Amino acid sequence: LLPLLLSVIRMLCVAGAVFQVWVFVVLFLIMLPAMFGLSLGVTGVYIQVLVKILEWATVRIQRGRMEQPSVPVPLPNGIIERAGGSMEEEIGELRNSFALSDAFYFYKKGLESIVDDQVTQRFSSEELASWNLLTRTNQNFRYISLRLTIIWVLGVFVRYCILFPLRITLAIIGLSWLVIGTTLVGFLPENSVKTWLSELVHLTCYRICARGLSATIRYYNKENKPQKGGICVANHTTPIDVVILANDGCYAMVGQIHGGLMGVIQRSMVRSCPHVWFERSEMKDRHAVTSRLRAHVAAKTKLPILIFPEGTCINNTSVMMFKKGSFEIGGTIYPVAIKYDPRFGDAFWNSGKYNMVSYLLRMMTSWAIVVNVWYLPPMTLQDGEDAAHFASRVKSAIAHQGGLLDLDWDGGLKRGKVKDSFKEEQQKMYSSIIVGQNGISSCSQSTKVE
Amino acid sequence: MGSRASTLLREEEIEEIKKETGFSHSQITRLYSRFTSLDKGENGTLSREDFQRIPELAINPLGDRIINAFFPEGEDQVNFRGFMRTLAHFRPIEDNEKNKNSSASEPLNSRTNKLLFAFRLYDLDRDDKISRDELLQVLRMMVGVNISDEQLGSIADRTIQEADTNGDNSISFNEFIKVLEKVDVEQKMSIRFLH
Repeated sequence: LLPLLLSVIRMLCVAGAVFQVWVFVVLFLIMLPAMFGLSLGVTGVYIQVLVKILEWATVRIQRGRMEQPSVPVPLPNGIIERAGGSMEEEIGELRNSFALSDAFYFYKKGLESIVDDQVTQRFSSEELASWNLLTRTNQNFRYISLRLTIIWVLGVFVRYCILFPLRITLAIIGLSWLVIGTTLVGFLPENSVKTWLSELVHLTCYRICARGLSATIRYYNKENKPQKGGICVANHTTPIDVVILANDGCYAMVGQIHGGLMGVIQRSMVRSCPHVWFERSEMKDRHAVTSRLRAHVAAKTKLPILIFPEGTCINNTSVMMFKKGSFEIGGTIYPVAIKYDPRFGDAFWNSGKYNMVSYLLRMMTSWAIVVNVWYLPPMTLQDGEDAAHFASRVKSAIAHQGGLLDLDWDGGLKRGKVKDSFKEEQQKMYSSIIVGQNGISSCSQSTKVE
Repeated sequence: MGSRASTLLREEEIEEIKKETGFSHSQITRLYSRFTSLDKGENGTLSREDFQRIPELAINPLGDRIINAFFPEGEDQVNFRGFMRTLAHFRPIEDNEKNKNSSASEPLNSRTNKLLFAFRLYDLDRDDKISRDELLQVLRMMVGVNISDEQLGSIADRTIQEADTNGDNSISFNEFIKVLEKVDVEQKMSIRFLH
């Protein structure tokens, strides 16, 4: 019995030593530098190695494809080439008559949209140019060569057995720090010390969380960073957007109160810092929302508000319609473009498919998050401009800077239906082609942007 | 963390579709992954609602007629084979297909089949004739409320007069072909599928 007992004790000692090393690594090599915004350069090296490996894998896959032509080439820009002409160009100039062949135009357009449309594919993960060695994006690529298989298996081991436990520890520390810290700060009386402490708690928490996702964030044009009393608007890919932006400054957040884990975090955060959370029922009352936000902005001393005017997560290939509400509040708009590098992991949160926790688990088992953040010069409403037009101007600026596709479609189509008015617009346009402008009963020249 | 649905397509099935439609292997697997992403019910078939969920199709004035073309008479589900058969009409006519010997059955993307496909768009009751009433209904879908009944009526009359050669006040498929003789159907009814 004694030898058995001894070996158990020995094993416990080893386990204890491993645990100590673990705690040491987490605390001193990751958390402390993270809290002060320092980097030991480990992530940088890791990313560089990854880039090399992925490049190598791409070459391998291309070679493998020549030997096995059945493996399809990914086409990130769609599977058809569209004839880009407008209705007038395609059907023919205003010729004041109808031809049976006119229907061909609608037929072709319709079939094109069935095969490959602009909108619905924005709500599912983007297609990668080459396999990034993650199992979830795999299309049998791992069988292409033995070496690729070995690298893939190694990758699974590194991601699930080394990175994942490390990241989950960091995330738990970060989130509990946020909940405990903000709750404690919440007890302090309202003064400048409280504000300062609150910002400190938020900032350190987000930095730890960012490490928990191995986030490498590059900020550009920091001189345009959102200022107090302003509104920061950004394109939206995932709830992690908030962590990414908050690593470089504090924001007052606007949004709906969620249930579950998110709800707990939201409720504790609001105690220390004036975030603007709405109940679902309140959210419907647009006037109430606007007036609360207007009061926040008018104070001038409060943190800039962070808003995602798309209202839903888009897969990081495009920017969709900005809801005009945020642009009716007034004040300066600080546009921010966020673009994730899809090679290291798909940052898009497909909320219809994954809940928050399983999404975060997927993120923590990806390679890393590499993201570029551009601060754009502040923008204000121009004379004679309405909110909808202003919103679309800001959206275009963000799309242009982030290298994203600028779409006029409403992200709300993820769940809702298209408004009939869009179809009516098409009908009106066609009517004016076959009978001329004057023939139309009610004619007004409206084209885009609802 | 499963593999993509595209791997579920059996190799024999791909071969059969290839033979029937002329699509290449990689085009078929790509269109299959599109098919599964449209298939919200995840039952291997598409319903009319699945199609209507595509916003660009929902705003197409002829959207409902186009969706209808995917469904054989009386059915409300279409499987991948049927989906591909309809899409095949829109494959461009390739050079090596043009001078194929005529003994083989005509490919789905031939000029005649493209025209037949378009003809059925107008032929609402599938009686192989486009009546004045059918033409009017399709016209109404295309123009919405913007053109008066009278005006639309005279457009329909004129169109039928120009096409109708046997005086039955409707357009048969042969008359339809005749009217569209000079139209570049190959270009207007083709989509460039990438290889």
